[in-house]
Amino acid sequence: MAAPIRVGVAKFASCDGCQLTLLDLEDELLPLLDRFEIVEFPEASSVRSAGPYDVLLVEGAISTPDQAREIVELRRQARTLVTIGACATAGGIQALRNWRDHDAMRGAVYTQPEWIDSLATATPVRDHVPVDAELRGCPISPAQLRELLVAAVIGRRPQLPDEAVCMECKRRGNTCVLVAGGTPCLGPVTAAGCGALCPAYGRGCFGCFGPRDGANVAALADWLSAGRPPIEVSRLFAGFTAWAEPFREAAGPHAATIDAPEATVGLGAEEGTDAPA
Amino acid sequence: MHRPEEINGGGTATADPGLDATFDVGYVTRVEGEGSLRLRVVGGEVTEARLSIFEAPRYFERLVVGRTPDEVLDIVSRICGICPIAYQMTAVRAFEHAFGVTVDPEVAALRRLFYAAEWIQSHALHVYLLHAPDFLGYPSAVAMAADHRDLVERGLRLKRVGNEIMALLGGRAIHPVSIRVGGFSRVPRPAELAPVRRSLDAALDDALATVETVASLDAPDFARDRPLVALRDANAYPYADGRLVSTAGLDLAPDRWDDAFAEEQHEGSNALHARTHDGGIYLLGPSARVTLDAGQLHPLAADALARHGFGERIRTNPYWSIAARAVELVQAVADARDVIDAYRTPAEPRVAWSPRPARAAWSTEAPRGVIFHHYEVDERGLIAAAQIVPPTSQNQGAIEQDLREFAPRVLGLPRDEATLRLEQLIRSYDPCISCATHFLDVRIEAEP
Repeated sequence: MAAPIRVGVAKFASCDGCQLTLLDLEDELLPLLDRFEIVEFPEASSVRSAGPYDVLLVEGAISTPDQAREIVELRRQARTLVTIGACATAGGIQALRNWRDHDAMRGAVYTQPEWIDSLATATPVRDHVPVDAELRGCPISPAQLRELLVAAVIGRRPQLPDEAVCMECKRRGNTCVLVAGGTPCLGPVTAAGCGALCPAYGRGCFGCFGPRDGANVAALADWLSAGRPPIEVSRLFAGFTAWAEPFREAAGPHAATIDAPEATVGLGAEEGTDAPA
Repeated sequence: MHRPEEINGGGTATADPGLDATFDVGYVTRVEGEGSLRLRVVGGEVTEARLSIFEAPRYFERLVVGRTPDEVLDIVSRICGICPIAYQMTAVRAFEHAFGVTVDPEVAALRRLFYAAEWIQSHALHVYLLHAPDFLGYPSAVAMAADHRDLVERGLRLKRVGNEIMALLGGRAIHPVSIRVGGFSRVPRPAELAPVRRSLDAALDDALATVETVASLDAPDFARDRPLVALRDANAYPYADGRLVSTAGLDLAPDRWDDAFAEEQHEGSNALHARTHDGGIYLLGPSARVTLDAGQLHPLAADALARHGFGERIRTNPYWSIAARAVELVQAVADARDVIDAYRTPAEPRVAWSPRPARAAWSTEAPRGVIFHHYEVDERGLIAAAQIVPPTSQNQGAIEQDLREFAPRVLGLPRDEATLRLEQLIRSYDPCISCATHFLDVRIEAEP
């Protein structure tokens, strides 16, 4: 049998949920270890390796000076570098800081902000080093992680969906929450992968998997603005993939004003008169 | 992620060739997050133990400003992928309490099931994948599986049952989507719960077997005495309800945590620390709950506790938190079965509510202990300010105190062995550093 594939797991600014998805493979976890050797996964093992890795799974956004240096070294050690989850692929929820005054945020949470070493931005890994593959989602889909690992064993590219959440939603047989229920939903412009989870649970999609390639975000934002203050539309996009273009532009109004909440009051009144096409 | 220069098995002990004999250990692994421990030794006495947390700050308390209460539930979930329900449930109860919302009793029962499921997956993860390898002498559960495959498979089975229930109720196990202010965006039909109800029978056997396995482990004798704090509910083992009580006589409403405790910032750590108002340290978590809520344990869990005489060891010895988690696995599985057996579809899955300017605060029991949230809601129904206090930042004082006390016993051992013993003690508290901001790197500085 071929030598096992050396896998590493690294973490930056994140919640640990995406790397936990690896342990959540549960029944499949132990059989997988016949083909993979997990050489670096500090959350799960005291055995450590600084590389090299055949496959390095990277969770989290780059948000401190140390992290910005470290990702460069990790890239040197990784034959294939795969970013996992919304933080690593799009900056995550903490990327909302990118619109704001970082010193003000630091001062709001910490009484001694000068003790906190943090960058003014939280950015995706791809802004710092080349990335070979991305698994999107907040958190990632276990099925997509499985596909990625299988593809690594076979030596082919992972087959990941290139369609909108709407397609999964139709296949699942959900009633459209947007058209039938009037619930704001980002499904038409969001990449598939979650299985149209939120519509199946009575909610509109909030964009965990980020914008689908070529999505017409401006058109959906216009349509959602009918009878709804633009700041509310902005808040829909100012979520877990807010920094990913073209969500970034749509998220801007809320994201930029959050430090002055009273300023958001008037924003809705002047615009938002466009009727749906 | 703050990687030390040199890393390998068990955390590396790197001897400084200089005279000051600095003991520098790379990274405490098998905890959720990135931090470091520094011990200062003067004349053979440990004068200082500091748990530093390098987890990158993410400013959640600012990220929720200007958002609606329902948006807050999605955002605070992202503080921790291991205990998202703890964050969602604490916030939702805070808002409902502030807005005078009473949920349907079946909704309250389903939430209890949801929270119990999170305890099951979190405790199974910690007992089997993070902590048991210490007791049995392995660097990881994967390495342990080579000799104890049945044990690791049992842990994974238990974890899966917890995840299955969370995915059924919330769409997915990590960052579920169904909990909303007033109830749920979707509730299951009773028939949907039948498959997990069957899994729970097997899970009960696995949970009881966990207690037996844990009873066979050896841990150092290490008796500690400090206040334990937990919620206590008159009628049930506490998840999202009850009053804040302690072994020192505390008795507070769950929205008044800040009447007794406060957070402070320490240099060298990105997590805030909590203390009582007179500067006292205290301990939260499974050991505190089993001690303070023994009278509310399910008969099956109470029997497991009594059978092995764990009670005193759980109260005093941090290493035996693994037994408290095992007892709580029985508790959570039994609670989950009871909820499902009595479940009927709620008449009102989500009651209507309106926001109002309010102080919205509440405490619940995360797998790792009491978690407190406090939001100020403005006249538009949006968040104006927030304070989120996770269990790990509250336990940090007790962890440091215990390490200072325990370290002299192991400093004479070979460095790798000393490191392992200190890491095992740290893991006993199941610190979640993602929550407290996340990583451990142990460093011991010795001075003559």
